[in-house]
Amino acid sequence: MSSVAQVETRGHRGGAIEPLDVESIREDFPILKRRIHGKPLVYLDNAASSQRPRAVIDRVKRLYEEDYANIHRGVHTLSQRSTEAYESTREKVRALINAAETREIIFVRGTTEAINLVAHSYGRRHIKAGDEILITHMEHHSNIVPWQMLCEQTGATLVVGPISDQGALVMSEFEKLIGPRTRLVAFVHLSNALGTINPTKAIVNLAHERGVPVLIDGAQAVPHLKVDVRDLDCDFYAFSGHKLYGPTGIGVLYGKAELLEAMPPYQGGGDMISSVTFEKTTYNDLPFKFEAGTPNIAGGIGLGAAIDYVTEIGLDRIAAHEYELLAHATRAVGQVPGVRIIGTAPCKASVLSFTLDCAHPHDLGTVLDQEGIAVRTGHHCAQPTMERFGVPATARASFAFYNTKQEIDALVGGLHKVIEVFG
Amino acid sequence: MSDLRELYQEMILDHGKSPRNLRAIENATASAKGNNPLCGDRVTVYLTLRDNTIEDISFEGAGCAICTASASMMTQVLKGKTEAQAESLFGKFHHLVTDGEVDDDGGLPLGKLEVFQGVREYPIRVKCASLPWHTFRAAMRQQAQAISTE
Repeated sequence: MSSVAQVETRGHRGGAIEPLDVESIREDFPILKRRIHGKPLVYLDNAASSQRPRAVIDRVKRLYEEDYANIHRGVHTLSQRSTEAYESTREKVRALINAAETREIIFVRGTTEAINLVAHSYGRRHIKAGDEILITHMEHHSNIVPWQMLCEQTGATLVVGPISDQGALVMSEFEKLIGPRTRLVAFVHLSNALGTINPTKAIVNLAHERGVPVLIDGAQAVPHLKVDVRDLDCDFYAFSGHKLYGPTGIGVLYGKAELLEAMPPYQGGGDMISSVTFEKTTYNDLPFKFEAGTPNIAGGIGLGAAIDYVTEIGLDRIAAHEYELLAHATRAVGQVPGVRIIGTAPCKASVLSFTLDCAHPHDLGTVLDQEGIAVRTGHHCAQPTMERFGVPATARASFAFYNTKQEIDALVGGLHKVIEVFG
Repeated sequence: MSDLRELYQEMILDHGKSPRNLRAIENATASAKGNNPLCGDRVTVYLTLRDNTIEDISFEGAGCAICTASASMMTQVLKGKTEAQAESLFGKFHHLVTDGEVDDDGGLPLGKLEVFQGVREYPIRVKCASLPWHTFRAAMRQQAQAISTE
């Protein structure tokens, strides 16, 4: 279990961190009181989507009951109040990831749309036949397929950096793959299927030394690690609201202003223009150039409440608690007979992917559900990663700061039930 | 646990662990691939059809216990049946796992396939049980390309 000892989080390095009062935090999440098949809910599917604190639910409700109107256009009070609330989230996002300016924060539907935006807008302008886009073998389909589509359209080639049997990126190989034809490096910060934390800063440095811009898929990282886009010096960073305890259908693309300025719009429509005639349309300034149409207003405002909530608790404390959870889970689940942990990289967070030799993950998931335990089973939208480990699917327990060691023990109890049925 | 035993009956567990007719047929007259993108289950069904009769039937692949057992028991039941009988059993099986009802219309009875009745309580698992049957049907129709239960 040396992998456990080596698990680290940014929070953990920082020295003394005040532990979380998890019991009081759990009170903030109404759904955690739910019972499933007569058992208390044990929600361990946070990497798919996390749950909402009351602060988020109430904020969205209050918006609709008191302040709702369309934004960026009306002179009337409600429109102004909605606009202010929506735009205040942009500042909260900027502060959360330490971007330089709010105009570098583009609201999108989620990580997937953020990556598609870059593939369409940046990709079609800068990537040509014969060029290469470099990704890794541990990407989510959303950081594979948009690039494949771009390659089909342009004649560029998708190059895949290998990962080790532990599920870590093989840096020596990856470095060699950044060549004279590489036009973009795109990789996941924290793997949803393996839990691996990539050496983000080192990769950005390698790419930048060769003049190659970098996009980071931060869907899993932002809820669990402190992310500083200026420290990372990445060119694009994408994440979703719904994994950060906010609403679905809202997410963020961060991009460096000078890159975004030079990129053509992604979609045309209202809000992204400054003037329209039938002869010529002048596009709006950042960030609105990339935000055509009425956005997810309630989603954006709810995300603001989620960021307030998470910031109040502190990502350092969240990371430290989740580090303890993952270490405990790796030990406890690892001791269950027949368990194989998929993803044992030295640097991991919040995700424990595994198989059990007597039961297919799908059967395992059904038995656990009867015990009130929610885990994800399947390929986690990362089929190439599954293939790399020679499994069609895994079971995945993924943690949030409201989870407890007792819940992990319940998971272990559930796995013994699975063995009872199938062993 | 009693609920789970309704789903995972002994016969299903047995066929899940030790599937019958798990092999390719070298000179199959038809075969088809099925894929459940939700869980990654994949199954290939091979057929030898002669004079409208299923002379031999086998499968490869599958995945979870429900899917594997369904494929295994399907091959046992369908061997020696005519196309029309197989089509009727397909309809009855589909009805069983979606509505939990056993048709008694005078045709061939489902027999031991009734152990899959518990599946209807688990809507997400219905596809696991029906994937081999849909794949079999595709093979019957001589569809070369992969089909999907989605």
